[in-house]
Amino acid sequence: MFLPDQHIVIIGNGIAGATLAINLRKQSNCSITLISAESATHFSRPALMYVYMGHMRYQDIVPYADWFWQAQSINLLHDKVEQIDFSKKQLVLQQRTPVRYDKLVLATGSGLAGTHWLKANIKGVQGFVTLQDLELMQQQTQHIKHAVIVGGGLIGIEMAEMLRSKKIAVTMLVRDRLFWRSNLPEQEADLITRHIQEHGIEIRFEEELAEIIADKNRQVQRIKTVAGQEIPCEFVGIATGVKPAVDFLRSSELELDRGILVNDYFETSLPGVYAIGDCAQFSNPKPGIPALEQLWYTGRAHAETLAFTLAGTRKKYERGPWFNSAKFLDIEYQTYGFVPNNWPDAYDSLYWQHPTQPKAIRLFYEKETALLKGINLLGIRYRHDLCQHWFTQNYTLHQVMPELKAANFDPEFFKKYEPELLSLYFSQFPDQKEKTEKYNWWQLRKRLKWAFTT
Amino acid sequence: MHASSPFVLDSSPLKAIGLTLIGLGLLGLLVAGVGYQALSPVISGGGGILAVSIGSILYILPARLELPVAAQNNGAWQQSATARGAVGWVIGIVLTGFYILLYWFPDTLHGLVKAVEPLSQLLRNRPADQWFLYGTFYTLAVLLMGVHALLKYRNNPYQLIKTTSVMFFQLGFAFLLPGLLLFLNEPEFYFSYFWPLKYDYLFPSTVGYLVESGGGLGVFMIFWGAVLSFLATPVLTYFYGKRWYCSWVCGCGGLAETAGDPYRHLSDKSRNAWRWEVAIIYPIFGFIIITTILLWLNSWSEGKLFGDLSGGFSRTYGFFIGAMFSGVIGVGFYPILGNRVWCRFGCPMAAYLGLLQKYFSRFRITTNGAQCISCGNCSTYCEMGIDVRWYAQQGKPIIRASCVGCGICAQVCPRGVLKLENGPQEGRYAGSALIRSEDIRIL
Repeated sequence: MFLPDQHIVIIGNGIAGATLAINLRKQSNCSITLISAESATHFSRPALMYVYMGHMRYQDIVPYADWFWQAQSINLLHDKVEQIDFSKKQLVLQQRTPVRYDKLVLATGSGLAGTHWLKANIKGVQGFVTLQDLELMQQQTQHIKHAVIVGGGLIGIEMAEMLRSKKIAVTMLVRDRLFWRSNLPEQEADLITRHIQEHGIEIRFEEELAEIIADKNRQVQRIKTVAGQEIPCEFVGIATGVKPAVDFLRSSELELDRGILVNDYFETSLPGVYAIGDCAQFSNPKPGIPALEQLWYTGRAHAETLAFTLAGTRKKYERGPWFNSAKFLDIEYQTYGFVPNNWPDAYDSLYWQHPTQPKAIRLFYEKETALLKGINLLGIRYRHDLCQHWFTQNYTLHQVMPELKAANFDPEFFKKYEPELLSLYFSQFPDQKEKTEKYNWWQLRKRLKWAFTT
Repeated sequence: MHASSPFVLDSSPLKAIGLTLIGLGLLGLLVAGVGYQALSPVISGGGGILAVSIGSILYILPARLELPVAAQNNGAWQQSATARGAVGWVIGIVLTGFYILLYWFPDTLHGLVKAVEPLSQLLRNRPADQWFLYGTFYTLAVLLMGVHALLKYRNNPYQLIKTTSVMFFQLGFAFLLPGLLLFLNEPEFYFSYFWPLKYDYLFPSTVGYLVESGGGLGVFMIFWGAVLSFLATPVLTYFYGKRWYCSWVCGCGGLAETAGDPYRHLSDKSRNAWRWEVAIIYPIFGFIIITTILLWLNSWSEGKLFGDLSGGFSRTYGFFIGAMFSGVIGVGFYPILGNRVWCRFGCPMAAYLGLLQKYFSRFRITTNGAQCISCGNCSTYCEMGIDVRWYAQQGKPIIRASCVGCGICAQVCPRGVLKLENGPQEGRYAGSALIRSEDIRIL
């Protein structure tokens, strides 16, 4: 157990750092300091795009008001950590006097990958990761007509949507044959690709950036692709991914690879120093589990786990079934469990797609056992709790079917497509009899004892 | 290149024609208002109303259809009209000015009243007055901006049905039917308003008047009002939450969901605003209850108890709450304070429904597991100023007395995290086990 006067310092106020501070305070009365160079308080990074598009102001994407941090006695420092002296347990800050810590948590997040494109310092070329990137993009895209986005991932489509909101023409360079094909099966990737094109965004497939050409004012004028095509543009968005923001630690004694190496307890190579969120890299990840988990949800889960350890109950990180969500213009995407982009013969899937609207459901399973492995949803919402239950309880496809309707989470009066998926299922599995027992959500919720009153 | 795409069509000519018509129409209304002696207000004013209506539709259709569903809130915090800019202030001042003239200087509206005279004769078989003018404007606002809401939320059946419902109740129950009753020489009665919002419907004076002048129909009206207030309201609220009234039937709600929709993000989300809300709305509700009881006691004692309390009450309450609060601040300040100020801080019916919703209802907004990304769209676009995100980011259901169930949080959430639903009261407050929640009091 830690003494109350222990000082725990967290570097980084993103979702990992902020969640850790809040959860730790619930369990411990130690002294907590949250340091960030980027912003005075925690904000929602996935929401930055909405500030650009005018859906919200910056203060609207701040989940906890200032009174909250004061009431929780969590000390916020808006400053840059220049250097960490691990032997003296001391942080050298840019503006303030050095800060001593008893335990240090590194939650420094991600930075832009592909920063070499920024080295030439051409105006109009940037990434979109930080609050400062948002401010820069607001300046750099005023009164422009044409932009190029390099990279067909989640940040790429965010930037494209942002630019379209200002009626700026967008050309995307995508390395794959289809948008996000490296993450999605053919049909989902195709559906999203067509949706993006229908919204007036031009995509150049199997293309990459070769050269950025500036005019005499160092302002971007056009780009050249690897295939040799030239595209005139006034803005280039680099959206080729992110990497752990650990460069400031490269010369220290902390063991690093791509990120800060940690075990399943988020312990680094140095005692009393931990790392969570995007910047942490598991040194011995289990098979099939990535060493880097760079998602909002995983950052939060890391923090919830480490809070226990820091409060005195050492707890191992158990990721549990995977889940994620995103939005591609109008299409909401949810995924539960794991659906790969391609799969061997031992697996199969039940796939339904709306004939005209951008909606699809895929249930991915192992052929021999019929074990459910993953769910992809486009334009349709499913209940996280129930899907998670199916995976933790090792449901087979046949066991899922009677509960399928209960999983739908679309708003009231929306047309439900589970009957179509069910008839597809019965046509593929003619031996399966329709179960007489059917549960709606409220019955299941009660049966699974989730309906306890807190 | 993508000429087939509905989102890259050049719709500016239609919008330009629409705006021109709106401009000419407003000019016509101005002429009717001040120059009715020189030019027939039926031509200038009636023509103005027609021009504004057609122009609005011509403008709204392309303006909304050219934007994809997810882009409908583009610029809400950046455009002058919706971000408390100069245009917003001008709209607010004009609206407020209209209410001031309507309540305290109705003679100044003589020209405009004359403009709707033929309509009044046709519908009600009697001359127009300022209240008929107001009803006409109000209904037009709900209908025209109803079209706006239908297009803005065109992907969402809940929004389509809800919007159609408020348009139907405003046009049918709050405009045509009361007019028809007058046409038939029956008492004017609004079947979509009940005590305690329409507080005087259960006052002894109104009851007496309805029985005297309405005969059997009058008795039915009293019966209808009492049943709706004391039986239908608790039952419907138990099954569906207060939304059945506030977002589907009520005229104030109808205006807020349609004409007020572009201003919903302006509602104050701070903890202080919530404290003010609780401190104002429940005392108003209590005041109405006590007054109603006292009036009946007074009536049974044949006025010996309090004398002319009814008259005195009607004057003070009518001035401060009816006129100042629900009209001037409630609607006039739409572009400054948001579209539900009256519903949130003042309406006694909302307080009554809210208590029922909080303690005797199956309604809740469910949060989907641990999917929330704390972006804040739900809180920002909550017209009632509820910090929806506070609950969503902890995986908790949103059960708040003030929630009118408009469903916009579920619409603007980019991760599909929220769902309005009615379920068993057992375990109503249970959150998702997939996220750790904070046990922190926020009020």
